[in-house]
Amino acid sequence: MNVRYWPLIATITIFVVAYALAVMQFPALFSTRVLGNLLTDNAFLGVAAVGMTFVILSGGIDLSVGSVIAFSGVLVAVLISQFGLHPLAAFAITLFVCTCFGSTMGAMIHYLEVPAFIVTLAGMFLARGVTFLLTQDSIPINHAFYDWVRQFYYVMPGGGRITFNGGLMLIVFLVGIVLAHRTRFGSYVYALGGNAQSAALLGVPVARTTIGVYAVSSFLAGLSGIVYSLYTSSGYPLAAVGVELETIAAVVIGGTLLSGGVGFMFGTLIGITIQGMIQTYIVFDGTLSSWWTKIVIGGLLFGFIVMQRVIVAASKRDWRKKPYAQSAPSL
Amino acid sequence: MSRPLRSFIKPQFIALALILLLNWILFPGFFNLFFRDGRLYGSLIDVLNRGAPVAILAIGMTAVIATRGIDLSVGAVMAIAGAVAATMVGDGHPLFLVIMAALAAGLVCGLWNGSLVALLGLQPIIATLILMVAGRGIAQTITEGFIVTFNDPGLIFMGSGSILGLPTPIIIMVTLAALATAAFRLTALGLFVEAIGVNRSASTYAGLRSRALLIGVYTFAGFCAAISGIIAAADIRGADANNVGLWLELDAILAVVIGGTSLMGGRFSIPMSVVGALIIQAMNTGILVSGFPPEFNLLVKAALIIVILVVQSPLAGRIWYFIAPSRKRPPPSSPAETPATSTEGTLK
Repeated sequence: MNVRYWPLIATITIFVVAYALAVMQFPALFSTRVLGNLLTDNAFLGVAAVGMTFVILSGGIDLSVGSVIAFSGVLVAVLISQFGLHPLAAFAITLFVCTCFGSTMGAMIHYLEVPAFIVTLAGMFLARGVTFLLTQDSIPINHAFYDWVRQFYYVMPGGGRITFNGGLMLIVFLVGIVLAHRTRFGSYVYALGGNAQSAALLGVPVARTTIGVYAVSSFLAGLSGIVYSLYTSSGYPLAAVGVELETIAAVVIGGTLLSGGVGFMFGTLIGITIQGMIQTYIVFDGTLSSWWTKIVIGGLLFGFIVMQRVIVAASKRDWRKKPYAQSAPSL
Repeated sequence: MSRPLRSFIKPQFIALALILLLNWILFPGFFNLFFRDGRLYGSLIDVLNRGAPVAILAIGMTAVIATRGIDLSVGAVMAIAGAVAATMVGDGHPLFLVIMAALAAGLVCGLWNGSLVALLGLQPIIATLILMVAGRGIAQTITEGFIVTFNDPGLIFMGSGSILGLPTPIIIMVTLAALATAAFRLTALGLFVEAIGVNRSASTYAGLRSRALLIGVYTFAGFCAAISGIIAAADIRGADANNVGLWLELDAILAVVIGGTSLMGGRFSIPMSVVGALIIQAMNTGILVSGFPPEFNLLVKAALIIVILVVQSPLAGRIWYFIAPSRKRPPPSSPAETPATSTEGTLK
């Protein structure tokens, strides 16, 4: 079997085993209600993680995600509550601004030939700073549209609800899977992450793809901010601090190689679910403290990163034997 | 121009002077110094004092970046060291033991990072990400989720005491910078570190023990982070595992970049990184004393990063080559040497 599937299989195995163990301890965990809440609570994280998966697949990193989420949430709140715009118009403006922001970062990374993390670091400071300029306080959103959206949900058998936010996250993942594995843009992203130089020589439009990747990431971070504002009915400038780390962790636990070029969008969904499950387990247990989430996620990160090293070493051996094993993975 | 004089005219010094001057225009009392209760007070001292934790982080970070690495975990290591110090002092251990334990915690964290980078061959940004995520959780486990406060005068002295009229953090910062500079520049150590940064495998083939050196460099960064963590905890007389050193790793990286150390490795200067940290703090203090909201800081920092990136980029180097044809130089082709030419050219 192709070694590239190992991380995904490992992720799914860990998820199934951990979930089974948790269910043995707390049978109540095995319900669609828990699943529905898990999707709703982690919806904004999941939406942002789809964008992060593209960035990491292309061999980059985006540290600005958390700040862009806060910026988007606050901008939506300001546009609705202070300028009296209709939420849909506010969403459109916000998504446009966020996409432009991401494109600019992508252009700087490509044309200035600087590491992605330092450009997106500047983006992180910039977005958070602009958010604070917009407001220092939490801005509540009271609009009929928000109440209207909230009544959409699908009741799963067992009484669990897939809310609008949870459903949106699943749709974003679906679109992400198609975009990553079934379109030309997706192939370009994989090629760029595998080896930027070879990709350029093979005719991949490196500039367009790099800009596109960061535009997608910031667009989805903006969408995530909208989801967050639907979730909390407010815009808060200190929201989503450190979310970039959580999304990076979800992507890596989902089996995507941090050096780029290898990974699956579906794995990121599992990564998000594993993180959500750790939190749910801690809530169910009641005696564990919330910081165990960080330690467990750190431990999982370590395990997956070491496994990736082993896989890279193994695939190099594999490659010497049969060159075609390096063909692009597909889902 | 004579050489010692010339070495003072660096863009970083000009930038620092300009920022201080701007602060003085915005806040006329900026350069006033008072001597009260055996200690100097004033905005200038404040810049040095508040800048010390980031400057100390930047000293360790400089060495790491010189090997073409990065250490994202220093903020979390600060939290761990602060948590160890506050918890142990609360349990009534002697000060010497407390500080040794906190420093040891930093050394262990650095050793962990270094081993991941040098032995497992992970990318530094990934290897240190693990501790960045888990570190605050570990610190919270040590403090059991509380903000542990303490009243031990010896430990508080590390943060707000004074030696010879200067606050302790400044003395620690200057001493550490001097010792580190001496260790790297009076011996071949600095050269070895630069060699690894330029080409690790070549330097290994040339006989450098690059694994041991890399582990040493990350351990040094952990040590610096621990010192910084002790100062930060002593300053607020408590260990706040969630918030101490939050995003300071980014400030430290920024300080190093401002100081002219190349992110591509192979070129570093510890004193200039300290100057970089002071530039950041001078902007911070300036924004505070002139009455702007402190959030302005983030915007100014972002603008600063963008300016540095544009100025140091190979693109600017190429453009500069066309603007200034009088320089009989071949167009910069290798990325390693371009930032040097472009910085000198554009900033002077």
